[in-house]
Amino acid sequence: MAPDRYREPVPITRGFSGRPRRGRPDRLPPGQYDTGADWPTLTAEVTPHLVPDEWTMTVDGLVENPHTWSWRDVHALPGSTYFGDIHCVTTWSKLDVTFGGVSVDTLLDIARPRPEAAFVMAHSTTGYTTNLPLEDVRGGKAWLVWEYDGRPLPVEHGGPVRLLVPHLYFWKSAKWVTRLELMDRDRPGFWEQNGYHDRGDPWLEQRYQGDP
Amino acid sequence: MTGELVDTRAPAGGWTTGTLVEMDRNDRLVRLRLDVPDRVDHLPGQHYVLRLRAEDGYTASRSYSVASDPGDPLLELMVECLPGGEVSGFLHDEARPGDVFELRGPIGGWFTWSGDVPVVCFGGGTGVVPFVSMLRHARRIGAERLIRVCAVGRSLASLPYSEELRAAGAFVALTRENLDGRVAAPPYLDELEPLVAGAERAYVCGSVGFASYATRLLGEAGVRADAIRVEQFGATG
Repeated sequence: MAPDRYREPVPITRGFSGRPRRGRPDRLPPGQYDTGADWPTLTAEVTPHLVPDEWTMTVDGLVENPHTWSWRDVHALPGSTYFGDIHCVTTWSKLDVTFGGVSVDTLLDIARPRPEAAFVMAHSTTGYTTNLPLEDVRGGKAWLVWEYDGRPLPVEHGGPVRLLVPHLYFWKSAKWVTRLELMDRDRPGFWEQNGYHDRGDPWLEQRYQGDP
Repeated sequence: MTGELVDTRAPAGGWTTGTLVEMDRNDRLVRLRLDVPDRVDHLPGQHYVLRLRAEDGYTASRSYSVASDPGDPLLELMVECLPGGEVSGFLHDEARPGDVFELRGPIGGWFTWSGDVPVVCFGGGTGVVPFVSMLRHARRIGAERLIRVCAVGRSLASLPYSEELRAAGAFVALTRENLDGRVAAPPYLDELEPLVAGAERAYVCGSVGFASYATRLLGEAGVRADAIRVEQFGATG
């Protein structure tokens, strides 16, 4: 149900004024607040202890050249950095963060998606999955990252390595990612099966299934 | 790959409104009982989003676990008042019966229990709230033998639903005060083991630090990592 389709007029909360609006950066999507220096953690499973030397990254499915990289292999690829904001569906946003790793474009250039590939399922070592339109992970929009603010990515935030898709809600940025599977049709991932939106654009407030 | 994350097909509801009917509070917690007409029945463990709206259209929303069971005519939320909390502070200090709130739910299909399989639940602080819903549900459907709860709090006064939890047979471990001859301490492995015996699934709910401690202890008690479902929260006001 769309947020603007109510059975009755949207109620103003009696006595609620909220935080001061002045100085609120217009970089905050609707319904989000600036978490400042905090970085809340949201995880559905036991935090795994991944050994980088045992981790691999695979791009397969509808590609011409399925490929698997070791920890050393991905570090040998041309590096790429993201500087900007991230937005979590639990309503916090974190501004001006820096992640370092490799662009997903670099992996896709090697794996060469087939023309019929239109969606991606990101798989984590834990069994966590999340689905994305292919267009949302190519064209400089997505990264495989292992550094946060110049230091190794902390394990509770997906370290040693996670997907980063910062223009979508952060559950799309799968922690402990190990595989991108290219598909010709969309298939719901973990949170998407559990009520969350298939695309998750924070500027459109696509939080839950049924949002526009 | 440690496990298969299954599709649980839990109920989901869209935006609606609820009227605050009953409430009580202490210095840190506020319990809200809301009348939500035509609500979608939730599964124990699911949550709702509560949204506050200012006159200029500004909104602030937060997620809260449901404490009531699906058979309860009202929807019950327990909110911890966080320092400077925009939403929790308002609910604690300003809300009163008759107020109408925007609500969305139920949400979440992973951290749920319908009363079907034997489970062990391990909650810290307000992390016990979804387990209160599970215990109430178990009692209503006669499935008490399928659920065991370990609740951890600093003191009996600060632990939400402490009396109800103890009356329902939960094991309560206090870390800052003694209780019935038990010296203040986090739960020990030998205290957890009898609760874990026979459980097919474990639920952990609490702060990030608590979740880390609890999943490790469950592992030591023999619970497989892929049988543990975690819901952890940071302070989000």
